[in-house]
Amino acid sequence: MSCFRMFCYSLTAVICLALGANGWAANIPKEELKSLDEQVQEIKKDIINQTAQLKRLEEKLLFPSNTQVALFVSVNNKKFALQDIELTMDKKIIAKYLYNFRDQSALQKGGVQRLFTGNINTGAHHLVVHISGRSPEGNPVRHSAKYALTKSVGPKFVEIKIAASEAADVSFQDW
Amino acid sequence: MQRYRSLALCALWLFCGQVWAGPEAKPLHDLFYGEALYLAYQNRHFDAITRLDIELGQFYAQDQADLDPLVFHQNEAEFNVGDLEISYRMHQRAGRALKAIIEGKVPQSVRNLAAFRLARILFRKGQAVNALHVMDLIKDPVAEAIRIENTFLKAQIYLATGRFKDSSRLLQTIQHEEKVRGYADYNLAIALAQDGQREQAVKQLTKVGGLRSGKPYMLALRDKANLALGHQYERKGMAGKAKAFLDRVRLDGPFSNTALLKAGWMYMALQQYDRALVPWTLLHKRQTSNANVQEALLAVPYAYGKLKLYGKAAALYGHAMNVFGNEVQRLDDSIDSIRQGKFLKAILREEAKVDKFWMLNLSKLPDAPQTRYLLDLMASHDFQESLKNYHDLAELQRRLKTYLPDLAVYEEMIEIRKHYYTPVLAKIAIQFRNLDTRIKLRVGQRDRLKKRIASMLINRRPAFLATAFEHNALESLAQLARRRNLDARTAHRIARLKGIVHWRLESEYDERLTRAYINFHELEVVIAALKKQYNAFVRTRQMATQSYEGYTIPIRQLRTRIQQSQRIVDQLMARQGKLLQIMAIAELERRRKKLEKYQIKARFALAESYDRANKAKALRLQKP
Repeated sequence: MSCFRMFCYSLTAVICLALGANGWAANIPKEELKSLDEQVQEIKKDIINQTAQLKRLEEKLLFPSNTQVALFVSVNNKKFALQDIELTMDKKIIAKYLYNFRDQSALQKGGVQRLFTGNINTGAHHLVVHISGRSPEGNPVRHSAKYALTKSVGPKFVEIKIAASEAADVSFQDW
Repeated sequence: MQRYRSLALCALWLFCGQVWAGPEAKPLHDLFYGEALYLAYQNRHFDAITRLDIELGQFYAQDQADLDPLVFHQNEAEFNVGDLEISYRMHQRAGRALKAIIEGKVPQSVRNLAAFRLARILFRKGQAVNALHVMDLIKDPVAEAIRIENTFLKAQIYLATGRFKDSSRLLQTIQHEEKVRGYADYNLAIALAQDGQREQAVKQLTKVGGLRSGKPYMLALRDKANLALGHQYERKGMAGKAKAFLDRVRLDGPFSNTALLKAGWMYMALQQYDRALVPWTLLHKRQTSNANVQEALLAVPYAYGKLKLYGKAAALYGHAMNVFGNEVQRLDDSIDSIRQGKFLKAILREEAKVDKFWMLNLSKLPDAPQTRYLLDLMASHDFQESLKNYHDLAELQRRLKTYLPDLAVYEEMIEIRKHYYTPVLAKIAIQFRNLDTRIKLRVGQRDRLKKRIASMLINRRPAFLATAFEHNALESLAQLARRRNLDARTAHRIARLKGIVHWRLESEYDERLTRAYINFHELEVVIAALKKQYNAFVRTRQMATQSYEGYTIPIRQLRTRIQQSQRIVDQLMARQGKLLQIMAIAELERRRKKLEKYQIKARFALAESYDRANKAKALRLQKP
């Protein structure tokens, strides 16, 4: 073996020792680990299917389409940190939420949070949103907005869009 | 070769990470897709995959899927499911989905992306040759978003398949890219070394060893390169150069202990025993569970022995024996603790979810195993995968436990609804039937009126617009006219009266038709309200029926499947837990055997040191 090959092997040996090579579970056959891993993947798939089925059943039972209302929250400013939100419908508080770092980050990246799902009668409803957060400059921001929500026969989905810079701007979109 | 593959895999794993990065921000057209992204960005892979599965399922079940807003995100959603499945370690399903995309009729850019992701999965699974075949499906132009990762991956695959020249050629093209800075350089050094280009490899490794960065992983990479260079120069007997590289390894980095130990042995080889004591004494004071520290516990008295300080050496051998004894005892306790299942319980505690060093700090808990001995094992791919699977299974077990009570609640809810609605709907059905007949009658009348008015717009029919009085008057006059004994004057009067009525009907025809038209439209408003009310009633009645009918069989089937899944999860968890225990115990036993050897060495060395100390003392006493 050449001196240089020795160099390579010794180099790799040091690195593998430090990082942890793949030989630790040598007392357990690779096939067993692989087979178990495949079975775990299979059961994950099954449970995801069952969960989806359960969720559909839950939605059908608990929130029938003629009474269903769902309120979503999105943030259109990547640097605005939403800290908390409170939703009031017809003078009743229906949802409150305190945002942690992960929630804020998910909203800033473009995720939409389903904040409330419930049942209401058809007709007009009065929705009030109170938010607080921190502007991109780090200043505290507080804002309230009102929306006249009209529920018809089908399910109602409303997106509460928060676009804040120095002052918060809340708008609503019917979907 | 296997070692190189391990290295490459480690590097790729570090580079790619396990956090879901997600797509580039685009205008959102589907709220529910946005919700799935929200879950995905929080690394709630299970929930995100479920949400996307529901959305895609509903999308494909539609007759007119083009009208669904998800159509704007369809390809993206398919990819994201695959990506999330990879993050959730469902490689099989992700692989199948990506294969389907590659084989489907899709634009080349989409095929490129799918092929890249599939190749990444295959490579991670150790199927480098298959990964290379998939990579061959990627054609130019490659999207900028994956260009660097694509080249890096291909270089890794070449490295793993022995095509070192190709690998180094590709790595040279991206080594200045910030995204792969350090990793590309390091892998380039490996590729050059494997290709026999010794000088360039050393030069490249030296470059990695001099990287300037504040990022912990870059610093670790730098330490690793310096350690490797130091080791190599030490083997070649170039102590000066070796020392220079070993000195570059940080004292608080992950490779610090190895570097200190090596530095000591390097001085020992040069017979500079006092100098060897400098790094070793530093190492001597560190965490005694570390293998390098344990070796230093023997090395320090050995160096003192070489310096002829036998008394000091004997005392330190004694100290080493005590430490080894304690450590062996701790290892035995740890093995017992693992056998009693405390290890598995400890790794499932809530703290593990928020504290990434939880596994390392386990040993601080009473009766918990000495996880610091498992550091190397924990860094291994197999153990990490097994641990993640165990965590995932525990999470699935927790979820399934809540599903069955939920189903019981739904069944109870359905039963309550059934009891309430069945008698109410029966009564309503009778009233509704009566009302329905009357509604149908009136709607029929309205339809006839509509036809009549429509025909009058074309053909003039004044008689249709006569009032009831006029109808009766015309009828009475017709009856009078039919009498036989009518005199001429009466007949004339009848004709004149008839004429008056017809005159009115003719002269007021337009006005009457307009009024009739207005009245009909007013009727239309009433009929529309009636239809709306009717439809609302039918819908409400349907919703009431649907709120309790048709659930029994789906719920029963779902319960059976959930119970079956529960059994499977329990079995898999037991097997996975057992494997984790076996791996941990094997590692602890390996370390115990090593310590037992050290104990024997220390015992002999202690006796020898005493012996030499006594001889030295005797010699001193003999001297005048």
